[in-house]
Amino acid sequence: MARNDFGPPDYRELIPPVIQKNYGQWKYHTIPRPGVLKHVSDTGDVLYSVRIASPRLVSSEYIRSISDIADTYCDGYLRFTTRNNAEFLVSDESKLEPLIKDLVAKGYMIGGGGHSISNVVHTQGWIHCKSAVTDASGIVKDVMDELHPYFTGEIKVPARLRIAVACCVNMCGACHCSDISIVGIHRTPPRVNDELLVGRCEIPTTIAACPTGAIRPNPKTKSVEINHEKCMMCANCTVVCPAIKIMDPVNDGVSIWVGGKVSNARTAPKFSRLAIPYLPNNPPRWPEVTNAVKHLVEVWAASAREGERMGEWIDRIGWERFFEKTGLPFTDKHIDDFTHATTTFRSTTQFRF
Amino acid sequence: MDELKTPLLDELEKGEWPSFVKEIKRAAAKNPGARDLLRQLEASYREKIGHWKHGGIVGVKGYGGGVVGRYSDDPERFPHAKEFHTIRVNQPAGFFYTTKKLRDMADVWDKYGSGLYNMHGSTGDIILLGTTTENLQPCVDELADVGFDLGGSGGALRTPSCCVGQARCATACIDSMEITREITMHYQNELHRPAWPYKFKIKVSACPNDCAAASARSDLAVIGVWRDALLIDQAAVREYVNNGFNIFDRVIRKCPTAAIDWDSQKQELELRTEDCVHCMHCINAMPKALRIGKERGASLLIGGKAPVVKGAMIGWVLVPFMKMEPPFNEFKDLVDKITDWWAEHGKNRERVGELIDRIGLSVFLKEIGLPPLPQMVHAPRSNPYIFWYPEEVEKHGEK
Repeated sequence: MARNDFGPPDYRELIPPVIQKNYGQWKYHTIPRPGVLKHVSDTGDVLYSVRIASPRLVSSEYIRSISDIADTYCDGYLRFTTRNNAEFLVSDESKLEPLIKDLVAKGYMIGGGGHSISNVVHTQGWIHCKSAVTDASGIVKDVMDELHPYFTGEIKVPARLRIAVACCVNMCGACHCSDISIVGIHRTPPRVNDELLVGRCEIPTTIAACPTGAIRPNPKTKSVEINHEKCMMCANCTVVCPAIKIMDPVNDGVSIWVGGKVSNARTAPKFSRLAIPYLPNNPPRWPEVTNAVKHLVEVWAASAREGERMGEWIDRIGWERFFEKTGLPFTDKHIDDFTHATTTFRSTTQFRF
Repeated sequence: MDELKTPLLDELEKGEWPSFVKEIKRAAAKNPGARDLLRQLEASYREKIGHWKHGGIVGVKGYGGGVVGRYSDDPERFPHAKEFHTIRVNQPAGFFYTTKKLRDMADVWDKYGSGLYNMHGSTGDIILLGTTTENLQPCVDELADVGFDLGGSGGALRTPSCCVGQARCATACIDSMEITREITMHYQNELHRPAWPYKFKIKVSACPNDCAAASARSDLAVIGVWRDALLIDQAAVREYVNNGFNIFDRVIRKCPTAAIDWDSQKQELELRTEDCVHCMHCINAMPKALRIGKERGASLLIGGKAPVVKGAMIGWVLVPFMKMEPPFNEFKDLVDKITDWWAEHGKNRERVGELIDRIGLSVFLKEIGLPPLPQMVHAPRSNPYIFWYPEEVEKHGEK
């Protein structure tokens, strides 16, 4: 009989001795070079962390390869970050340069710390999700191939910039609160297969899944009807009912959102706001998406003040100037028409021409 | 095995950023499941549509969650992706590993699964990506032998996760890793056997920088704070200034409440503690000179979630300050009160934030026994549509 309810491995057995000894006693840190952190303890001990880019989707060979490196330079200790980078933990300073040389020789990319564009938090996409409107891994690869000099610190930015990708509006991960978010969207309403629906879907659950009340029961067919005028194609009905289909390779695509953050530094956490309502799915390189993200980064980096994140920069210059500076068209799609929409309307004569 | 033709995906082996296609190919060299995954993905790239069927309920004995079932919609074309289930494995707090632990896990997964992982899923779990129904139970049994239990899925407590906290950070106000470990262990039953209206996530960040994105990505966010004065090393501040650091542009003008000032005459940083909202900016900007205060605890925020159904929410203040000391009984009591109330009143697939939005924050506070406080709102209400309880008003005007 297998063991149950024993929980995850205990972190206390997995942290290196220098962390055991200095737990809760760290004094300050510096970033001696991009991707390398130096932590100094009240006891005088020092810990270096070397951060590398990871594709998040990795193989056993990858896990064994980075384990080999950690065995050679880090006494067998390593960790991952909340943005899915890997970090090598070095307590012996004499091993730092050899580790960095070895990582570079093996083709690992070092970076992602401080004011930079770090890894992209993303989701399953066509690799594993039934709701995916786009592929997450492919878009991340394309965007970061383009932006990798911002990861390595080769190109400087005014502040950190977080990018996230979600393959549908479930927004698993961090898309509603990132500096730039890429979110898969549908633009055509779902189709109901009445015969399939009977006996396979809970009708009340399906009706309750709709944010705009567009679904009602159809007693004739013992199925449901969708009012297309009320439907904004969120696809939540398809999540709870397999007899409703929405995928449309011609019209599905992605939207781009800007200005979100979670940290409380300076300003309160912010939601991301719509910048581009639709760009096509264009695998494998998604050039429209990649160009749009790069353009947003460049306009922000050229105009923001030191330490000013995307949302803070927009707050200062105003949305009207954001659209002017980026050259993005402002459309009816940008005006909120969901719950509490009026709180996003401009109730002042303070605006720029 | 037949020749693997993936011209579109091959494009994604080029470029500087580490390639997920290379990783799938590394696994595909040994595993037919990974090979068919790659072939199916190539078809998705060509056809611009996913090829996974809706849902699929699979699992292991004793648990109601932890495994996400997945089936190819074209098993004739991709026979080894016919069953391609995900196992969520609970990660150690702070994502710390020894290489032995990782190698043990990889050995088990190579034996029973595709040899592909997400390190890590957004909630924190190690994601083992792709195995058959038949292999689930033996795989999970052998993972248990090397010390890994499953994480959460479904209407349950999901796997808690946290920032690196006191293990490596000078601004950690609470022991985020220990809180996460203790909560995960205490609520094993709630995590493994879904019993709630919907999912419930707890994330712990040790300071308001919120490196675990707790306020946006968890129903109950624990965020470390201090409530006395932050500590200033004036000599170290002078060193920043003398080294050419523009303290006015970089720090003073960015303080959201104008709580700090630089006295150029005295060469001293002045702090009005009562105005400080512990946003972290000045500490982040001058980590050698400024440190968090000594009276430490956590702020608790409730309701964070993604858009579906009622719109995205960032958690709201529920408890401005709570001491967080092992075994965290005050915190556990509050979790119990919140989840009991939600389990009783929540509709099917209604997150706790949506329930509070529907019923009202005031009623929620009354039900779980917390006092209303000005820290809970950006501003008081502006409309006059105020509810009163009968016991709050004098009897008058009855027939």
